Amino acid sequence: MITLADYLVLSAILFCLSVAGIFINRKNVLILLMSIELMLLAVNFNFIAFARYLDDTAGEVFVFFVLTVAAAEAAIGLAILVVLFRNRGTINVTDLDTMKG
Amino acid sequence: MEQVYLAIVLAPLLGAAISGLFCRVIARSVAHWVTIIGVAVSFLLSLVVLNHHVVGGAPTYNESLYTWMEVEGVRMEIGFLVDHLTAVMISVVTFVSLMVHIYTIGYMHDDDGYNRFFSYISLFTFSMLMLVMANNFLQLFFGWEAVGLVSYLLIGFWYKKPTAIYANLKAFLVNRVGDFGFLLGIAAVLMYFNSLDYADVFKAAPLMAGLTMQIWPGADWLVMSVICILLFVGAMGKSAQVPLHVWLPDSMEGPTPISALIHAATMVTAGIFMVARMSPLFEYSETALSVVLVIGAITALFMGFLGIVQNDIKRVVAYSTLSQLGYMTVALGASAYSAAIFHLMTHAFFKALLFLGAGSVIIAMHHEQDIRKMGGLRKYLPITWITFLVGTLALIGTPFFSGFYSKDSIIEAVHMSHTPGAGFAYFCVILGVFVTAFYSFRLYFLVFHGEGRMDDETRAHLHETPPVVTVPLILLAIPSVFIGYFTIEPMLFGGFLSDAIQVAPDRDVLDYLSHHFHGAAGFALHGFTGPAFWLALSGSVAAWFIYMKRPDIADQAEERAGGLYRLLLNKYGFDDFNQIVFADGSRKLGGLLARFGDAGLIDGVMVNGSAKAVGWFASIARNVQSGYLYHYAFAMILGLLGLLSWLVIQ
Repeated sequence: MITLADYLVLSAILFCLSVAGIFINRKNVLILLMSIELMLLAVNFNFIAFARYLDDTAGEVFVFFVLTVAAAEAAIGLAILVVLFRNRGTINVTDLDTMKG
Repeated sequence: MEQVYLAIVLAPLLGAAISGLFCRVIARSVAHWVTIIGVAVSFLLSLVVLNHHVVGGAPTYNESLYTWMEVEGVRMEIGFLVDHLTAVMISVVTFVSLMVHIYTIGYMHDDDGYNRFFSYISLFTFSMLMLVMANNFLQLFFGWEAVGLVSYLLIGFWYKKPTAIYANLKAFLVNRVGDFGFLLGIAAVLMYFNSLDYADVFKAAPLMAGLTMQIWPGADWLVMSVICILLFVGAMGKSAQVPLHVWLPDSMEGPTPISALIHAATMVTAGIFMVARMSPLFEYSETALSVVLVIGAITALFMGFLGIVQNDIKRVVAYSTLSQLGYMTVALGASAYSAAIFHLMTHAFFKALLFLGAGSVIIAMHHEQDIRKMGGLRKYLPITWITFLVGTLALIGTPFFSGFYSKDSIIEAVHMSHTPGAGFAYFCVILGVFVTAFYSFRLYFLVFHGEGRMDDETRAHLHETPPVVTVPLILLAIPSVFIGYFTIEPMLFGGFLSDAIQVAPDRDVLDYLSHHFHGAAGFALHGFTGPAFWLALSGSVAAWFIYMKRPDIADQAEERAGGLYRLLLNKYGFDDFNQIVFADGSRKLGGLLARFGDAGLIDGVMVNGSAKAVGWFASIARNVQSGYLYHYAFAMILGLLGLLSWLVIQ
């Protein structure tokens, strides 16, 4: 029997993976975007696990919303990335430091 | 009558507005006609008011017409107080003003600022009428400042002349000192009486008589003394009493009609009028009366001395004005308020006459004002000569002339007074008679008699001035001779001003004098036996002897008493003192403040200092901004973690 705790542990592992992905990755902005997607998926896992556990469909409905938004966000993020590459000729994270004070 | 009072005040204002606002579009004749008609209406209605109150015996009118605002129970109003004092003042003001308006047509006829000038003098007339007709302190202050403003504008009328700009700035600043005292006085009245209305204040005055206040700890001052001295400081500025007299001689930079109207006949007497109006307050403070007496005495004598060494025709008359204002102030100090107002009235006529006469000479001499370049003008300017002589005789106090009646009654009143300082004041005013006669006749002889000292071209063009100039001279000469004779009895001894002026019975010197008064003619005949007449005569003879018979005496005296002569030429050093201490001193203080206060503290520490502090902090905080996305994300997650753990622990 798979318990709620197992789902939550999986979700926490996914979340930590994605956080590590954001920090450790110094190369590619694409990987950054993928890490963010992963983070959202970890959250979705939590939603579904709790929805089942509490027998409340509101969590599942939320997941649909999050998925939709994530898809839109990925589309916009990729579009920005294309423009960025056209302008700067790179998507290397360490090169993108125009916000430096 | 209310409409009449309003019309008196508003007619000159209307004239001033028309000629002032449209001064670039209207013709010169329009400008002088609207203002002259305005002032003439005002003058005729003043006569109606005088008739209504004096002959008709109408009761005192005291009404507020308009409430400007009301603050915590204190009403600020515009209203009129019309009693005999006011009726006399408005008649004098409008009459002299009318004469000056007419005279100006001749004096200013080739000046570019013709319309502007008419606008100013009409505005002045309006302000002065507001001042004398006020029934509360606020309106008094309004009129007070408005006449000061117009005086400033007119002294600097020829604004391209550096000396005129200097003079008007000086007049303005010196008057600020006086006005500051005046304003404090009004504030004190408001604080203790909680009203600005004359009637309320005068009614409450007896209750305040014994009240004291502490200006600094440990010193008790009578509230009445403080109020009266502060008000008198205002009068000192406006009526040019020592040491705030320095602006008046310099004000002669303005056109001559102004010197006659503002700086001799009317505005400078505002201080005298104000003190007389405040007599119910001054009577409760012997200290204040003593101050008034001594300041007036000093002014009367020492400003007269200065007239002896001046060579500018207008400045001699200006110092004479200072000295005569001193006489009026002495009369106030001796509680002879009626005598002060009486002298104010006669002085207004003969001093305006002397100034306009001087102006007539200046026109004839093509704007030459140095009396050393005149002489023998009697032949060329007969009307000016005779009227000037009348003015001079009135000024020195020849029996039967108006000046005699007013000045002699002041001298007698001071003689009888027991106010502390009266002995000194009597000495000053009696010696002042000699000095007055001396400088007046020195001026008269140097200008009208002896050899002509002007150059040939000026001499060839000498001729009598046009009728617009001479007619006002004649019209002013008539009251200069007769008004004293006809009005001394009602004004001084007939209780004419008793509805406005209150005198404590033990100080009422005029009441004492009235027991010895047996008609105006008797007063004049009695004058022949008094010391004042002989002093005036000896002064005149001395002037004739020194300047006509033996001109070398004057030069020798100048050499022998070089130190004294220089002291007089330097006007006792008042101007130098003010220039060095106040003008240069405040400029140095200003420079110091600019350097340390402004540049150092405000700019250096506060403005640039805070900018530097922000910059320094930013230069450290900047290091946090690496520009890498993952650093920001890391910071966000750390923050989230911190927040969450705080929530959980809580």
